[in-house]
Amino acid sequence: MEDLLIKIEKRNDVPTTLYFLTPFIAIILTIVGGGIIFYTLGFNPIEALKFYFITPISNLYGFSELLLKATPLCLIAIGLSFCFKSNNWNIGAEGQLTFGAIVGGGVALLFYNQEGFYILPLIIIAGAIGGMIFALIPAILKTYFNTNEILVSLMLVYVSKLILDYLVVGPWSNPEGFNFPETRQFSDSARMPLLFESLRIHAGIFIALAAVLVGWFVLYKTYLGFQIKVSGLSLKTAKYAGFKGKTMILIVFMISGACAGLAGVGEITGPIGQLHRMISPDYGFTAIIVAFLGRLNPFGIIFASLVVSLTYLGAETAQIFLQIPQYTGQVFQGMILFFLLASDYLLFFKIKFLNLKKNELGH
Amino acid sequence: MSLDISFIGILIGSIMASSVPLILAASGELITERSGVLNLGVEGMMIIGAISGFALMVITDNLFIAIIGSMLSGVIISLIFGFLTQSLLTNHVATGLALTIFGIGLSAMLGKDFVGIPGKDFPILFSSLRESIPFFGPILFGHSIILYFAFVLPFLTNYFLKKTKLGLVVRAVGDSPISASNQGINVILVRYCCILYGGGMCGLAGAYLSLIYTPQWIENMTAGRGWIALALVVFATWSPIKVLIGAIIFGGISILQLHMQAVGFRIPVQFLIALPYLMTIIVLVVISRDSRKIKLNTPTSLGRIFYKEK
Repeated sequence: MEDLLIKIEKRNDVPTTLYFLTPFIAIILTIVGGGIIFYTLGFNPIEALKFYFITPISNLYGFSELLLKATPLCLIAIGLSFCFKSNNWNIGAEGQLTFGAIVGGGVALLFYNQEGFYILPLIIIAGAIGGMIFALIPAILKTYFNTNEILVSLMLVYVSKLILDYLVVGPWSNPEGFNFPETRQFSDSARMPLLFESLRIHAGIFIALAAVLVGWFVLYKTYLGFQIKVSGLSLKTAKYAGFKGKTMILIVFMISGACAGLAGVGEITGPIGQLHRMISPDYGFTAIIVAFLGRLNPFGIIFASLVVSLTYLGAETAQIFLQIPQYTGQVFQGMILFFLLASDYLLFFKIKFLNLKKNELGH
Repeated sequence: MSLDISFIGILIGSIMASSVPLILAASGELITERSGVLNLGVEGMMIIGAISGFALMVITDNLFIAIIGSMLSGVIISLIFGFLTQSLLTNHVATGLALTIFGIGLSAMLGKDFVGIPGKDFPILFSSLRESIPFFGPILFGHSIILYFAFVLPFLTNYFLKKTKLGLVVRAVGDSPISASNQGINVILVRYCCILYGGGMCGLAGAYLSLIYTPQWIENMTAGRGWIALALVVFATWSPIKVLIGAIIFGGISILQLHMQAVGFRIPVQFLIALPYLMTIIVLVVISRDSRKIKLNTPTSLGRIFYKEK
């Protein structure tokens, strides 16, 4: 008689290969899951998946769109990785993006009828500061009033969207705009330079790449990065080592907010060119998925932002060719995160199959 | 003058109606959170409830099946969250966010053939009394059974948590899962049940929107009410009765905002809509500053993963 025993044990050390392999497992499972959903909805799953994941990037324009959407996702996720690594749950990046866009957009509107090389840098700096200030609210409330940062940063998302809404229908609305909820068009000097004629990909991608490099350097090569990682692993150890917890919380939130603000500015000075209600298709929330999928590693985040960006594009293509609502992109985004989180179980726990003979058990 | 009074009666009635989805979802989430689980998937579970309720109504032409089905679908979708957070020990925040994102997407996918189909009249109770009694008529009568249920639910929830043994178990699990576990309570099982209950209530809240409040299916029709319900639980400092009061305040703001828009009032409506969020932040700051106050009702282990070495 043989008995199959399954024993689940907590792992002491997480194998690095498995750590970076599970995102790929999650992506494959998501594609399979998506195929099943398409099939149950009455579509040919292979064809639908082809429209979703291959058609959008089968030409140069599509590839440029992929990079265009990956840019804000990558930027925000880099910032979030600082927060998440140190156990600070900033989930209001969407709000910080919006507020950064408001401040940056305000500067752009000041110069709406002027040209000059200094305008764009001013807007970019203003956007970063705007995002930073907005991220400081949950950070200060957390450090000085012990307030839960998850809830505060989340609530502030709606506040910032309502501020934007108020501005574009009210004081900042275009005087010649027939009461449309939008501002004036920004001047040419306030727009990100395009990289190629007739493609929408713009210089903002360099900001994202710079953020990746700086992020990597700070996290892995500086004392601050060391502090962040230790605090993430064990708050007690961090306190014991004498790290200034409060200052660090403020810093990681500021980094995260600045990145989100930059992403917001990149959108309004890049493809949009003005302020209106819909400046972001929830990039701030989706970037949370990107940060996780990229394993909070700057280079992993580049890869993850491209994957998640493809779900946005795929949803658009599927809407055009298959008349599936564009929201399906979110089904894929949700599934990726589900599968990723689930496969983490493999990381932290070992499943042992013990094949024991009955008489051995008796001893 | 009598016209004004009857108008106020109707206004109060409509405020009550708008607070129903908030009461239902927040009461469900409150039980989930009291067991120590933070489920940010409220919005996702509500919208799944909304589409399944509406779809079942169109397919079966039976409102009872639609209501029960919407609750079941909420339970099923919350089972994903329960399985991940309780059995696979995933992070509550990330899993809840994934649930919301997934739910909004899935509902739009399921609902694509139901856009533009008119809803059905939901039976209302005591409609004759509504017309015959001035002022109190529109407040007390002529509502759906779900509304009456929603207004009783916080009292039931309060009784459950404070006076029953099971309620004590839920609170014990939320406050100190380790000692609860040492007492022989199956922490994981209790949390599973609370998550599924929360899912069912969020499903019902969604069905209220698509079957009664605005009887039709519109993509993303919950429009952030799930997040307000989440805020409401915090605003109410995890007390069911305060959930009821908060829901009326938050619901009142949303109705008032519509009326002020109609008469062209000068205060920007965006400020009014933002009020629930701002008030929640203020309440959070007030209760968090004083550690004694927050300890009163806050489940101590909220959002923390419980793992027992087997």
